[in-house]
Parts: sequence; C-alpha cells; structure tokens
Amino acid sequence: MIRVVLPYHLRTLARVDGEVLLDVAGPVTTRTVLDALEARYPMLKGTIREHETGRRRAFVRFFACREDLSHESPDNPLPEAVASGAEPFLVVGATAGG
Amino acid sequence: MTQVRVLVGTRKGAFILTSDGHRRNWDVQGPLFAGWEIYHLKGSPVDPNRIYASQSSSWFGQIIQRSDDGGRTWTIPGGEKLPDPYGPPAGMSNKFVYDTSPETGRPLTTHQWYDGTQHPWEFKRIWHLEPSLTDPDVVYAGAEDAALFRSTNGGQSWQELPGLRGHSSGPQWAPGAGGMGLHTILLDPTNPKRIYIAISSAGTFRTDDGGETWKPINRGLKSQYIPDPDAEVGHCVHRIALHPSRPNVLFMQKHWDIMRTDDAGENWREVSGNLPTDFGFPIEVHAHEPDTIYVVPIKSDSEHYVPEGKLRVYRSRTGGEEWEPLTNGLPQSNCYVNVLRDAMAVDSLDSCGVYFGTTGGQVYVSPDAGDTWTAIVRDLPAVVSVEVQTLP
Repeated sequence: MIRVVLPYHLRTLARVDGEVLLDVAGPVTTRTVLDALEARYPMLKGTIREHETGRRRAFVRFFACREDLSHESPDNPLPEAVASGAEPFLVVGATAGG
Repeated sequence: MTQVRVLVGTRKGAFILTSDGHRRNWDVQGPLFAGWEIYHLKGSPVDPNRIYASQSSSWFGQIIQRSDDGGRTWTIPGGEKLPDPYGPPAGMSNKFVYDTSPETGRPLTTHQWYDGTQHPWEFKRIWHLEPSLTDPDVVYAGAEDAALFRSTNGGQSWQELPGLRGHSSGPQWAPGAGGMGLHTILLDPTNPKRIYIAISSAGTFRTDDGGETWKPINRGLKSQYIPDPDAEVGHCVHRIALHPSRPNVLFMQKHWDIMRTDDAGENWREVSGNLPTDFGFPIEVHAHEPDTIYVVPIKSDSEHYVPEGKLRVYRSRTGGEEWEPLTNGLPQSNCYVNVLRDAMAVDSLDSCGVYFGTTGGQVYVSPDAGDTWTAIVRDLPAVVSVEVQTLP
C-alpha cells in the first residue's frame, strides 16, 4: 500500500483523517499515485494538479524520504521506500504566508 | 415566522447569520470551510435551501460547494464517485476551462496586461455566483480572469459562455488592481434573455440573447486613468445594481463616480451629487423603493478606507444626486475599514433591512432601511461578500 499524507485543507476537503492508503497498479510514480488518489477522492481533482495540463499547481510541493520531488518528472519511479509503504508520499502546501 | 439568513463570505471561511423578522437577536453559524477564501455565497430564489458557495485558495485552487438544506450540510457537486457510468463525470465541479473550441471562431488566448502587452487568460477563481431566477439547477459564475460560466446541473460541471470573452474588445480588457474579475451578474426578471455583467476593469456588458452575444454598455462613463476617458471599454466598474420592478434602470459604483442609466445601459449619467467622495465599491437598491439607493464612500483609490475615520453609508431617495449620511450606530471616529463590492445586500421584509460587511470583520444590519445600525458580529475575518435571504 502507498501511504499519502495530505495537507490539512485537502484532508478536510476529502473528509479523511491521517494518512491515505492507496493501491497503485504498475509502476509507482507521482503520476500513478495522484491518479489513484483522485480516483478515490474525485473532489481532489484540480486541487493538486491543474485540470487541463495535469501540471502540479504552483503552490503545491511533493516530498518523500527527505527529498523534494516537486520538480522531478511525474513519471519517474518514486523511492522504493514509498513503493513499499515504509515511507509516505507527502503533498505539501508551499510555505507562503496566509 | 419570517426569518432572515445572512450569508457571509470572508477571507478565512463562511458564516451564516440567522434571525427572525425583528433582526435583533442573531445566531451565528461558522466558520464553514475554515481557512479558505470564500468570495461569495448565494441562495436560489426559487429554492432558498439551495445555496452555492465559491471556495478558493491560492494553493489548491477553486472549489464549488452546494447546500440543499439551507447551509446545514454541504457537498461538492459531483465530488463523490457516481455509480452511473453514463452520469456526469465526477470531480468536475471545479473545472473552469476557457472555451477555445472552433465554434467560437477565435482562439481567445490573450488579453491586455498591466503594462499594455498581451497576456494569456488564466483562470484564478470564481468571484460571484448568481443562481437562476427560475431553475435551482442553473447557476452563473463570474470568473477571474474575466469570463462567464454557467452550470445547468446544480454546479456539477460548468461551461463558458464564450460570446462574452469573444467580443472583439476582449484583447483590450485589462485587470484592475484587484485582478480582472467578472464580479457582477444581474438577471433581468422580466426578460430571461437579458443579462448584465460587469468586469474590472473592462466595464459593463449586456446580452439580449441569453448569453450568445454581448455588447459593451459604457457610453457616458468617463475614466481619467485610461488613455481615452470615453473609451468603449476599459472602465473600472466596481458594481452595478437594479431593482427587479424596473430592470432598465441600473445604478453603478464606478472606480470613481456614481452612475445611472434609464435605458438598460445605452446611456449613463453621473449622479454622485453631494457625496463627500464618489469612490467606493458596493451599491445597492432598497427592496421596495426603486429610487432609494445606498453606497459607502471610500476616501480614494489610493486610500481604501472610509474618509475622516467615520463609517457612513449614504442613501439617496431620489435615484442619485441628493445623498444623506446614515451614521446612527456606526463608528464615527478612528474607523478605517473598507466595504468590498459584494459585501452589501438588502432583505425584502416590509421594513427593508440593509446589511454590509467590512474588511475589519464587522457585519452591520439596519432593520429600518438605514436609519439605525447595529453590528451583528464584530470580529470575523475580513468580509468579502454579504447576501441576504428572506425566508417565510
């Protein structure tokens, strides 16, 4: 199972507490994880990635295993620790006041 | 027993204030959607328990929320998985995509930027939601960057009415200081084909064919901050309002100037009269007196707060020109708040109630058409919008 940690406002929107656990078929990448996340929680479509382009929204970041994966290709394999469920995939709102 | 329900959008959530017809004791519900910017909430005139809300965030974008029980519970239309494979797609209620289809006849890709260069259209948020006067599933949405969208399925999905942005003047439209928002949508209760909209800072437009084609209606507006003060478009219209009994008469709070038209926008004339300053944002019409209008003068476009530290609503009972300050119950010293364009509304009780919210978080009510005021709440986040529902 893939573990995903969402920021507070997206947890509220999806009405979940704590981590989200996802089954991801095939290679575990940012794209496949987010596809699985949006399939489970359709209300999150457009909140992490733009509807039309599928690009990461400007103020959203992706972290895992103490690394910033925000600028990696969404089709790169995520770290093995994420694929195995040992470490979570973090969706983070960029620190920008508010 | 008659009830009023005040829908308040703020920078950090929504609040619902309810009272009986006396409008003295209030229940406060909220914050709803805590921490999100709520630009606007509005109820359906034909089904008051159907309320739409625009929820947005710089981080996570646009969300549309809907309540079918008067604001007690909320759902994201289409946000849940739908069992019917032939049903509308899920998770599309926040998908506002500018129409670039061949049918529009033009790519609609750029508008004027602050520096006069062309800039791509970029969806940022929904500023205003206007439910249909006849169908609770139909609702219009005014977007930044300026465009008009419509949903016919209760907010589950949205389509642009591209004729507006496709008007030949579209590439000349430019954002105001607050962005290029389509902030006002007025539906003519006597003519379902006629809609008025206003954009900062393009101006006012009207359709007479249900949104297919649009014409600028800005003749008579003068704006010294644009190269041609009498231009067809480019005026920073802050708000327009009408009385349902007389939909050809519109009142306008422009960047500077209070304006009036008696011919559905074909010609405007200034009616600022004796106001201490004619800069401001909201303008509203009394529920039962079509020539009684309200504005909140603001010091200037450089100093967005009330002049002299005094919060004064001004009322004209003559459709403009002659104005009187309304101060009873409002702070008259050391007050430096603003009242934003969508943050004033009226109820339709016999003694018309007037409501407005401030950037300081106060929501005021006058149950006697402006003669006396009291604060319903004083310490909300900055208020962006106020709407009122009068319930049987």
